[in-house]
Formats: sequence, C-alpha cells, structure tokens
Amino acid sequence: MSEKSGGDIFLRGVWEENPVLIQILGLCPTLAVTNTVENAVAMALATAFVLVGSSGLVSLVRRIIPDQVRISAYILIIATFVTVVDLLMAAVAPSASKALGPFVPLIVVNCMILGRAEAFASKNPFFPSILDAAGTSSGFAVALLMMGGVRELLGSGSLLGLHVLPGSWEPWVIMILPPGGFLTLGVILMGLSWWWRRGQKADETARPRRWPHGVREPEERAA
Amino acid sequence: MSGGGPAGTGGGAEAGTGGGAGREGGGGMPVQPSSSRLVGTLGLLSVVAGVAIVLVHAWAQPRIEAHQREELRLAIEEVLGEPQRYETRWIRDGRLLDSLPAGADSSAASPVYAGFDANGRLVGYAIPGQKAGYQDVVRLIFGYDPDAGKVLGMKVLESKETPGLGAKITSDSAFIHGFDGVEAPIEGVKHPARDAHQVDMITGATISSTTVISIINDRLEAVGPVLSKAGTRTATAAGSPGADAPRTAAAAGPGPRAAGPGQGGGER
Repeated sequence: MSEKSGGDIFLRGVWEENPVLIQILGLCPTLAVTNTVENAVAMALATAFVLVGSSGLVSLVRRIIPDQVRISAYILIIATFVTVVDLLMAAVAPSASKALGPFVPLIVVNCMILGRAEAFASKNPFFPSILDAAGTSSGFAVALLMMGGVRELLGSGSLLGLHVLPGSWEPWVIMILPPGGFLTLGVILMGLSWWWRRGQKADETARPRRWPHGVREPEERAA
Repeated sequence: MSGGGPAGTGGGAEAGTGGGAGREGGGGMPVQPSSSRLVGTLGLLSVVAGVAIVLVHAWAQPRIEAHQREELRLAIEEVLGEPQRYETRWIRDGRLLDSLPAGADSSAASPVYAGFDANGRLVGYAIPGQKAGYQDVVRLIFGYDPDAGKVLGMKVLESKETPGLGAKITSDSAFIHGFDGVEAPIEGVKHPARDAHQVDMITGATISSTTVISIINDRLEAVGPVLSKAGTRTATAAGSPGADAPRTAAAAGPGPRAAGPGQGGGER
C-alpha cells in the first residue's frame, strides 16, 4: 500500500471504497440527519474534523501504543475529538448544533472512524493517514449530500432552505421522516449497483463490488 | 501466563484480531508489555484528553451561555411584542419576588420575565414552560398580560417533534400567531377559531398542538393568579426606580436550560 500515491489514497476513500455507498458504514448519521442539505453539510464537516484529527493522531502515536490496548486508545482519541467538536459547534454554530442534536456526540460510535484508525492510520505514516481520512470524509460527505439533496428536494420542495420547486408541488412528508432515509438510501444503492454491473462481463456480475481494503475473499478466508 | 505461554497468547491474539490487512505480526513487537505499561499509556492518554477537553470547554462555555441568553432575550422580545426592557422575576410559594434571596434554592422557584414599555408601564410577563410532546419535551415561552387575561404571543424554544408534522408548531405562522391575543384558558379547535378562547390546531399534529396549548394553560393555572395579584404593584414599583436606572434588557436571567427544572412543579 505504500507504493500508492497520495491521490490514489484520497480518491479510494471518495469513490472506490466510499464508506457509505460501498462499505455501508456510518449508516446511523446517514439515515438520521439527512433530511436537509444543511444538516448533511454540518454532519459531514463535524465527522471530517473528527476523522482527520483522530486518524492523524492515531498515526502519530501508533508506535507508542501497545497493541493490547490500541482499540481503547483509539476510542479515547476519537471521543476526545467528538467532545471537542460538539463544544465547538455549540459555541460557533448553535443552530446547526441544535438541529443535529444527539447525533454529534454519536459520531464517537461511527464505525467508519474507528475503521480508518484500525485499518489504515495505525499502520501508516502521518500524511498518508491524513489523506486517507480526508478521502473517506469526502466520500462520506458525497453520500450525505446525495441523501440530503434528494430528501430535502422531495420532502420540502427546497434546497438549502431555498424553495426551488413550484408552489403547486405537494411535499412528500415521508421523505423527511425516517422511512424516507431508508427509501432514499435503498434507491441510491440500487442505482449504483446497476451502474456498476452495467458493462461488466457476465462472469463478473456475481461479484460486482470490490471488498473493502483489507477484507479477503470468502474462499481465501476459508483456505 | 506461564512458561512459553506469553509468546503463544500474543500470537493467538494477533490472529484473532486478524482483519488480516497485513498487521506486522507478532515478530517485531515486545512479547507482552507489562500491565503497568498498558495502564500507564491509557492513563497518560486520558490525562491529555482531559486537559484538551477542559481547555476547549473553558473557551466554549461562555459562548454557549451567551447564545442561550441571546436566544432567550429574542424569544422574550418576540412574545411580549418588543418591550423596551425586561427584568427577571421569580415565583416561589405562590408569591412574585423581585429577586431570589441569596443562597435560595432556585429549583423551588420558577422565573418569569416582566416586560416594560418606554413609559415604564408593565406590558406583560414572559413565562417559560415545558411538557412532554409527541417525541420529546417541548419547551416554549409565552407572553401574558395579567390585567387583560390575554396571551400576547408564543414561541417554541425547543422541540423534537416529527419533521413535517409536529415540527410545524415551531414554523407554522398561522398556528403561532393564533396565540396572539387569545384569552386564557385556551381551547384548541379543529375548525376556524370562533371565540376569543379558541386557537386553530395544526392538521396532522394534534398531539403537538395540544401539548403547546396545555403547557400554556397549566402554567397560567399555576402562576396566573399570582401575576394578576402582583400585576399593578409591580407596575408601579418598577415605574419610579426604573426611570433613573434604565437597564435596557440587562437583567437576562439564567440560561433557558437552567430555568428548566424550575417548571417541573407546576405541571401535572
């Protein structure tokens, strides 16, 4: 993995190993706070801060943390960043902090973040770890914005609070309720899956997705 | 952990955690770090984390409190119709106090905010209240004119009602302005409000609408008589000294959160 260029590391998190759309990680915030684009942006920024900060720090301390307590140490680092971002948001952007409610403190249990710390930052130098975290954050932001855009447009007839659909449009209230999150995510994943399979050879369609980095094929694992 | 054990356990743990992904294996690592090293590492990290959080908290807390005070001030001005200034009063044991005695238990008292116009005349009181709604506690503040027995305005401070349905109690201006000038006790109706006691409820948000109405009714039942009794006295008392000390909206009370528990007693 060290031969990979920085750009590759970054882009892998955005698209090829997108945390939400490919790895299906971090679904709790993806479903819960994407009823408006504004909430999606705030959540993406908060998560990016935590992810980049904790990946960088985990990478810096990776040699002094004994293996046996590394998970505890990573959780401690992540929880500290989450508490900091929670306080900062309440101080600087109270309305966003209020809209996201408990989902900012819940970033601490977003497995995407612990996943990057364990799978990448704990084995790689500082700068690649930062790039990896930034790529994953961007991938998360892309997914949240897709969700938020669709749900706010259909559910409120607006984007970023500006009414873009004509007044005759009757908002689909369900789109800003929890079921709308599941429906939107399902449709997006379905569309991506279709797009992925399109143009692939028949024998490859059985395995349309690449496994996330570090996960082996089932038959390899059995062997 | 005896004999050749440690190396074996170490290797086993390694294989067990194996997401694979090429962890460097047990080879280069110390066989089994001492417990004190493990505890020490985590302890040191915790101290660093604690210090970092304390520093950020020290920076953020005054700002968070300022936001809450500002939010409360805007809400009071909104529900009282832009008073010239307002002062915090306390209701305790059925009496209206200008200030709490030092060291008094503030959880036994509930704050109200007396608003005055440019002539130092009492406009009304802004009264906070809260109660469980459909999803979570709804916190609101409303203006009340004790002489006329009328509600002056209502603003929801905090709610987690269903987006698109119950959440309209914070955004539906027809519903919110339905409280302007309504006479207590309030009755929620489904058709156009006909008399001075009635307010139109929101379609699809019956529970949230009813919650708002019952918070106001309950609070008025608890503090309305106290305020009516004290109304004229307060107005004259504040009139004369208020003139030489024109504190423009200076007496913002505690933040809305601090005010929270105080209302518990009045609601049942």
